[in-house]
Amino acid sequence: MKRTYLLVAGICALGAQCLTQNIHAAAGGDSIKIGAIFSVTGPASFLGAPEEKTVRLFVDKLNAAGGIHGRRVELVLKDSGGSPEKAVSFAKQLIEEEKVLAIIGPSTSGETMQIKALCEENEMILVSCAAAEVIVNPTAKYVFKTPQKDSQAVTWIYRTMKDKGVRKIAVVSSNDGFGAAGKKQLEDMAPAEGIEILANEVYDKQATDLTDILTKIKGTRGVQAIVNWSIVPAQSIVAKNMRQLGMEMPLFQSHGFGNRKYVEQAGVAAEGTLFPAGRLLVVDELPDNHPQKALLAAYKKDYEETYKEDVSTFGGHAYDAILVVTEALKRARRPDRARVRDAIENLKGLAGTAGVFNFSPTDHTGLDLTSFEMLTVKDGKFAIYRK
Amino acid sequence: MESGNLELQYFLSGITKGSIYAVVAIGFNLIYSATGVLNFAQGEFVMLGGMVAVTLARFVPLPVALAGAVAIVALVGCLLEILFFRRLQRHSILHLVIITIGLSIVLQEIALHLWDEKVRSLPYFTGNEISSLKFFGAAISPQVFWVLATVAVTVVLLHIFLKYTLPGRAMRAGSSNPSAAMLAGINIANMRTLAFGLSAAIGALAGCVISPITMTHYEMGAPLAIKGFAAAILGGLGNPMAAVLGGLMVGVLEAYSVSRLPAAYSDVTVFAVLLLVLFARPHGFWGRPGGESVREH
Amino acid sequence: MKPRLKPGLSFTLLAAALIVVPWILRWADMEYCLTQLTMSLYYAIVVLGLCLVMGYAGQVSLGHGAFFAIGGYTSAVLTTCDVSKWQTAAWLGWIKQSPFCMAREDLFGNPILTLSPWVAFFAAMALAFVVANLIGYPALRLRGHYLAMATLGFGMIVNKVILGTAFTGAADGINGVPEWNLGLGLTVSGKRALRIENYFIASGLLLLLLVLLHNLVRSRVGRALQAIHDRETAANAMGINTALYKLKAFVLSALMAAMAGVFLTHYTAGIGPSEAGALKSVRYVALAAAGGMSSLWGVTGMSTLLNYMSLRGLFGSYDNAVFGLLLIGIVSLAPEGPLKPLARLLRRFVGACRPPNAVGPDAARPDNGPARRASDQTQCLFP
Repeated sequence: MKRTYLLVAGICALGAQCLTQNIHAAAGGDSIKIGAIFSVTGPASFLGAPEEKTVRLFVDKLNAAGGIHGRRVELVLKDSGGSPEKAVSFAKQLIEEEKVLAIIGPSTSGETMQIKALCEENEMILVSCAAAEVIVNPTAKYVFKTPQKDSQAVTWIYRTMKDKGVRKIAVVSSNDGFGAAGKKQLEDMAPAEGIEILANEVYDKQATDLTDILTKIKGTRGVQAIVNWSIVPAQSIVAKNMRQLGMEMPLFQSHGFGNRKYVEQAGVAAEGTLFPAGRLLVVDELPDNHPQKALLAAYKKDYEETYKEDVSTFGGHAYDAILVVTEALKRARRPDRARVRDAIENLKGLAGTAGVFNFSPTDHTGLDLTSFEMLTVKDGKFAIYRK
Repeated sequence: MESGNLELQYFLSGITKGSIYAVVAIGFNLIYSATGVLNFAQGEFVMLGGMVAVTLARFVPLPVALAGAVAIVALVGCLLEILFFRRLQRHSILHLVIITIGLSIVLQEIALHLWDEKVRSLPYFTGNEISSLKFFGAAISPQVFWVLATVAVTVVLLHIFLKYTLPGRAMRAGSSNPSAAMLAGINIANMRTLAFGLSAAIGALAGCVISPITMTHYEMGAPLAIKGFAAAILGGLGNPMAAVLGGLMVGVLEAYSVSRLPAAYSDVTVFAVLLLVLFARPHGFWGRPGGESVREH
Repeated sequence: MKPRLKPGLSFTLLAAALIVVPWILRWADMEYCLTQLTMSLYYAIVVLGLCLVMGYAGQVSLGHGAFFAIGGYTSAVLTTCDVSKWQTAAWLGWIKQSPFCMAREDLFGNPILTLSPWVAFFAAMALAFVVANLIGYPALRLRGHYLAMATLGFGMIVNKVILGTAFTGAADGINGVPEWNLGLGLTVSGKRALRIENYFIASGLLLLLLVLLHNLVRSRVGRALQAIHDRETAANAMGINTALYKLKAFVLSALMAAMAGVFLTHYTAGIGPSEAGALKSVRYVALAAAGGMSSLWGVTGMSTLLNYMSLRGLFGSYDNAVFGLLLIGIVSLAPEGPLKPLARLLRRFVGACRPPNAVGPDAARPDNGPARRASDQTQCLFP
């Protein structure tokens, strides 16, 4: 019987905990609520975790500096664990219950697409941290995103290929939303750029070894380069297995490679990898008069000092998202959703981590080709690629 | 590359994956043959082994880190048995399966909050990320041989332990006829604890040797456990050698599937074959039918 | 015998309770909670079906998420795939006029022509029925771990096929699923204006299935399943066609999962591959265990409650950890589910304050109904 009491007590404690949490969340006062949905745990946690940390850091600093127009910003953070049904539930909660000013996130394109229509119908500002092009194309009035467009990354990759005289390539991508979206762009843009895709394979995001797929590519005649489009840790395995198989052709990665951990994991195999990315990773190489330099250096320093880990471009996307919302809020002067939305569309020349944002009614990403830089890995460090 | 070499390369790639599954499957088998529990949390032992070793390797030399990881995870294994399974001997298989699944989830969450979501790995034991051995134009990473060697040594040592040592024989007796073993003065509960500890140790060792190839992160356990489970069943439960063969088979099957079908479906092939084997020959390729009733008709 | 309620009365009470909820929430100005409540009622249907397989027939299934996904995805694919690109095909001429098709506009105002949700619903149920039979027939002959592996493997196959196939949206899943006009003025839709209506659709469906299962487990079939659960070989020897009964239970529960999938997909207007993941299937098992496996009422109640809490994000980043702990805690501390000991406690408490043989107020609690079956058996053994 003792056990039963224990169990009952446990359940009661759980219930009480939930209740108090609820009450706690309800207390707010005259603050401005901003919602955030990130997959802090679950299969996309390598995106969601740095995003959550970044946004917390940003809001803490903002409030310490007096908030916006004297009002505190209150962050309502939800962990979706990467499941769409939770993203939907949380989005409804943030819209109907918390009545937040704007929603930041979700981390993955699948979740974003699930709530895109919902936010549009309810006139809720959504600034997504996922990269897929479909989020902003076709444009929905209330939906924005901060990562660079896949098509721009593809353009950079294809142009660099042409410089190197590469015409025939193989594409490998992971079976998550990021991989699928990139794969589609690579396929769609190849004919126009005069590139021929000879092999096209998708691997599991939890893959342990990819020599079989690379063998298939090795056995395909005429492949001059490999493009790997993925955001998961498995992309380090691609680099390692390629070199183990003795494949010397250049390896191009997507902007999902923007995390020093991946370079560390691939070790010497990552040397010479080419990938387009924002300038966050090479902030030290930037000239002092570069518009992003000050912001990037400050973010990198704050993040690395607070969390004792390397900064990544994923966290940067969340930084940009909250930056866009708070900047627009400052310009709109009052937390009125329609006004803030208009203000976002009118943001020009806003330096963020991914690039300089110039939003317009037709462009809800606000970044152009110059937001990317072709990077390479040199002695285990990121460096700007020069021909 | 000539097509012959290509086939060989697929085979070697299958061996690479297969060796990983095999080393996971051995641990499964040990707990299963000693206690009758199919431990879904075996994959978490592998993950924990890798995690602990990576953490220790920052402070001590690699071999010491490996030994430390194996010892710590073995302790965790013993502790789990004492805490959760000791009182459950008369429970149905359903309950045991559920508990191990629950443990797997909880261990994974603990790892997430104890460490973080990032990937890490041990350095290659020999060579580095790009070194490989060549056979007739096909390449394989030297680390695979470390894995295969671990598999071989573990299987041989297990065999000797179970066949020729007193605790090993007691363990087998405890699983084949608990009441008789008890009458003969064997402390069955302790034997089960020992089995859990041992298989946790094997899992941890597996987690260390595969870490350079697969990398270690908190979510790696469950997929590996499922594949290792599949390997153990394909080979035939209760026989470590069969588990190894089963593991290699799963790996080669995957590689072969990639060579013919889109790579996205390689897991589908593996599980489809597994289901077919289960339906047609549930005791696996090398298992003996009748040892345990797997089927009612 | 302890006093007990007639099943009819307890169902009426439950129905009354379900009807009162929206008004209470409206009074408390918390009507928004209905969204998550509706979703968790749909998930409760899956767990209820699983309860039949695990609690009554005693068979483990680690692949029920796959059936949910089969239902949801079939419905989502058929109702979002634009058939107007085959305009030229001759058969489309008449089908366009028929009620099988539905012309509508997508989010951006482009006209599209898709199959009607009703067609998709029946297609989904048919597919789930076929797949459940195909998998269940051989798999249910296996025992214990082998059955667990077979169902797990089946779930993995469905998950990987969804992830690897373009028309199921790969990792992004499918979004933009239209609302479903059920007729009689009812529409399954996530729109805010239809929140109460949808809550009633979900609770009505759940109640209906609950009554169905309640009667089923008290019929010949239920007794046969119970016999299988307790001693399969003995049941076989008694002339019960165990394989057939197990298969029937499995198929029924698969259909329930698929049905929940269809409804929820229309409700949330989309579905993603995580619905077919192994973790989701395991979560259903955890919920069934939390409700005491073989108690329909307990399973319904616990699964609704816990899913509701999870969908409201009350567990934060510890969501999976909570479910893992629940699995371990309940199975090792109270394998019959936490409600049964709770009910016993309550009964003892009430018994201490009241003269014997009086009808305690606890008996009027619908949650109490579930706990009885097994304890009645023990009472028969030790009068």
